[in-house]
Amino acid sequence: MTLELFLFFTLALIALVTAGGMVFSKSAVYAALNLVTNFLSVAILYLLLDAPFIALAQVTVYAGAIMVLFLFVIMLLGVETLRAEFDWKKIWLQAVLALALLVEGFVMLFQRMGQAANLPFNTASVLTNPSEMAKVLFTDYLLPFELTSILLLVAMIGAIVLTKQVKKRSL
Amino acid sequence: MIPVSYYLALSAILFTTGMFGVLIRRNALVVFMSIELMLNAANLSLVAFSRLYQTFHGQIFVFFIMAVAAAEVAVGLALIVTIFRSKQSIDLDQMNSLKG
Repeated sequence: MTLELFLFFTLALIALVTAGGMVFSKSAVYAALNLVTNFLSVAILYLLLDAPFIALAQVTVYAGAIMVLFLFVIMLLGVETLRAEFDWKKIWLQAVLALALLVEGFVMLFQRMGQAANLPFNTASVLTNPSEMAKVLFTDYLLPFELTSILLLVAMIGAIVLTKQVKKRSL
Repeated sequence: MIPVSYYLALSAILFTTGMFGVLIRRNALVVFMSIELMLNAANLSLVAFSRLYQTFHGQIFVFFIMAVAAAEVAVGLALIVTIFRSKQSIDLDQMNSLKG
């Protein structure tokens, strides 16, 4: 077993365990911490896939900004009020549905993809240089990039408007 | 080298876990985290394909997905806070005001 394969299986195991831990944890804080660990292990998988920029964006945006926002809201609402338990006996239908989706995904993966699924990666990769990615991003994808800034602005305005306390006017 | 199918299989399992979380949990915050997990699984397969076909388009798509996810989280958490203010709960089963 090569080092890369060992690294992949270790990271995959961490990702799967933390994903399961997030789904089944009773406390919202533990769910958030499990999700951070999951995001970090996936970020290292991105490094294995020669995507250093995406890996660091994953760490800063997902594990950093988004999860801090989640934890902030958990603390704001109060941890003790967030306990909503699920009934172990009533989840069989959902388990069947999830299993069906998984089987469908694997069938698609190995039947439809056929030969391409077992294609090994090219060893010589051209993807490791982030400045090459920036060239594609700022030429072919310039309009979507600019639109993203408008989307983020709208999201910011939306968040502010939604959480603003409406003061009742005294007559 | 690792075949691309390993990454796709991991992505499929992570996505299914996220969907299972959306289905079984009734806490709106944890459901939201499960949606993030599903987005992340999709990102993983996009980066794997990007690596397989040696083009940047997959990675750039992931970059845009991250921006959209950040916007979605900002608005979604604001909605959850607003719902909590009016109902004093974020249990999804209690959000049935529009039910006929």
